[in-house]
Amino acid sequence: MKREKNKRRELSLDRRTFLKGAALGLAGTALPLDKADASFWETFFQKHFREMNDTEIKKVLQRLEKEAEQKYKKAIKIGNEKAMPGVLFGYGLDLSRCIGCRRCVYACVDENNQSKDPQIHWITVLRFKKGEKFSDLEESEKYYNPPQVPEKEYFYMPVQCQQCENPPCVRSCPTQATWKDPDGIVVIDYNWCIGCRYCMAACPYGARHFNWSEPGRKPEEINPNTHYLGNRPRYKGVVEKCTFCIQRTRNGRYPACVEACPVGARKFGNLLDPNSEMRYLIEHKRVFRLKEALNTNPKFYYFFAYGR
Amino acid sequence: MFYLIKNFFIALRQIAIGSKRYYIWVAFLSFLILLGASAYFDQSRRGLIITGMRDQVSWGFYISNFTFLVGVAAAAVLLVIPAYIYNFKPIKEIVLFGELLAISAISMCLLFVMIDMGQPLRGWHILPVIGSMNFPASLLAWDVIVLNGYLAINTFISFYVLYRLSIGKEYKMSVIGPLIILSIPWAVSIHTVTAFLYNGLSARPFWNASILAPRFLASAFCSGPAIMIVLFQIIRKQSEVEIEDRAIFKIAELIAYAMGLNLFLLGAEVFKEFYSGSIDTYSIQYLYFGLHGKSALVPWIWTATLLNISAFLLFLLPRTRENFTTLNMACLFVIIGVYIEKGLGLVVPGFVPDTLGEIYEYTPTTPELLITLGVWATGALIYTLLLKFAVPIYTGKLRFETKA
Repeated sequence: MKREKNKRRELSLDRRTFLKGAALGLAGTALPLDKADASFWETFFQKHFREMNDTEIKKVLQRLEKEAEQKYKKAIKIGNEKAMPGVLFGYGLDLSRCIGCRRCVYACVDENNQSKDPQIHWITVLRFKKGEKFSDLEESEKYYNPPQVPEKEYFYMPVQCQQCENPPCVRSCPTQATWKDPDGIVVIDYNWCIGCRYCMAACPYGARHFNWSEPGRKPEEINPNTHYLGNRPRYKGVVEKCTFCIQRTRNGRYPACVEACPVGARKFGNLLDPNSEMRYLIEHKRVFRLKEALNTNPKFYYFFAYGR
Repeated sequence: MFYLIKNFFIALRQIAIGSKRYYIWVAFLSFLILLGASAYFDQSRRGLIITGMRDQVSWGFYISNFTFLVGVAAAAVLLVIPAYIYNFKPIKEIVLFGELLAISAISMCLLFVMIDMGQPLRGWHILPVIGSMNFPASLLAWDVIVLNGYLAINTFISFYVLYRLSIGKEYKMSVIGPLIILSIPWAVSIHTVTAFLYNGLSARPFWNASILAPRFLASAFCSGPAIMIVLFQIIRKQSEVEIEDRAIFKIAELIAYAMGLNLFLLGAEVFKEFYSGSIDTYSIQYLYFGLHGKSALVPWIWTATLLNISAFLLFLLPRTRENFTTLNMACLFVIIGVYIEKGLGLVVPGFVPDTLGEIYEYTPTTPELLITLGVWATGALIYTLLLKFAVPIYTGKLRFETKA
């Protein structure tokens, strides 16, 4: 009697499994056969990152590491460091120091495994003519290319993900594939994003970038130290963005752009720590944030350390 | 049950038999669909890089067509209101064809969203329960609900009516009455939600105007009925369906009011943007006059404006409205005019200049146009096949067997 009951329990499917099975049947008809291996189906049915327990995440990370190794012929570590308690990351950018050299842009690309062909940059440096209005970004030039920087009559403003406390992109995502982690970093699950690009329409800072094709990057250019929610290899057809170098900052390091800046225009720290550099500059400098009228509350502070 | 299955096959057989012209038409559509499918195959292999879209203009022709077609689908309601509420007989008899058009239009809408997705196989992530639908925060989640609901309502109503007709019985208002009442606000909701999709983004000042949803509805009530007027004339010429002139002229009159309202709302928008002259008006400047020498949309939007104004006059005057040459001309004007205004003319300026002030000029590429054409051909094929068995049932030529 008891055995029979157990048997019945084994046979009964829960609704989710059933529906997924139905979806599998449907999708199976639409797929090329050579892709129909176990790894493909595991990828297809991978759960939302925040719905997985630690064992499931571990399994997924192992599979992704294996796939990445097959693709790039080198060992790639995909970490899953969680947000530290009592930490809220903030960023400072000293506009009086920035010389517009774009070293941050390329350091970011080296660190974060963006596609190099076609190029994806998470940082955009805007150039403005001195004396022109610059809350009006339409006056800016993104493709400036002088023989030497800084140029006398211009100043520069780098823009990247502002890690809003009230992020319009997160609200707009129809599948909850992007969210704000407890340390304030807005992250994307590249295995859950459906590539609808609604978040890109919603972002006021041009911070979100789409993989219009398969990301092109040579194996020797791959940074093997990655994070699931950050710089791990991405896919064609998903959105990506700056994560304050989550793979570094959750391990106590500075973001790559902060380290690369030759003039020290970039600051980074914990907004909840009263002794942090970020708190110092918020208290002692006059900071502002980009497009404040939109009430997105960025944790990315612009300021002028001195006049020049 | 036996009869139900048998009748289903009788109806199904209808789509396989037809005149030579019918076969040529279906073959032509199938050819376009294959053309689009092969271009889509290439897109799914190489990625959306084969389109003209880039990070600066991240939505283009696909979403433009989607927006236009939501309006067409919503406009089926325009026929429902006088037909069922006021019992205006001539329209009541043809409302079925409007509902079938709504089914085809919504199918196209869903296809346009699918082909625009970077990871279409992950589409199930958007579903509730098995996926993780971001409801109620994301307007796109709302759109999925209202569009699919609208498809279900219209499919049920039209198939129920057809079924009752096919067994020689009058349909029961107690069954579809409440659904018809529901379908009216629902039709308004699909276009309102689609407008809110754009409207709610503070990052894009061009869309972030509360006049957007009313403008969407007004223009939809022009283009949808105009398409129906053209289709009705084709249907009554090609089949034995009788559609009274009176019904067509009534619909034309409704278009005149809708277009009047549409032009008024457009004027209100244009005044506010240009007179206030803040930095948020760059997009509308780009649309109508070009910005820094970039002016890809300028000829298109002026064509649309001129077409809409001339169509308004043609629909307004009873003499031109009730003459089929000028009436059809006006319909064509409205369809093209609204297609530009609510398509590329709405979507692209939202992205130009982009949020960091860059002006990227978007033009759809050939594969993008082919895929779009393929979706339109699919919609036309769906409508053709639906009509293929709906028309003989409607005219009484096709009757099903029942037990009695």
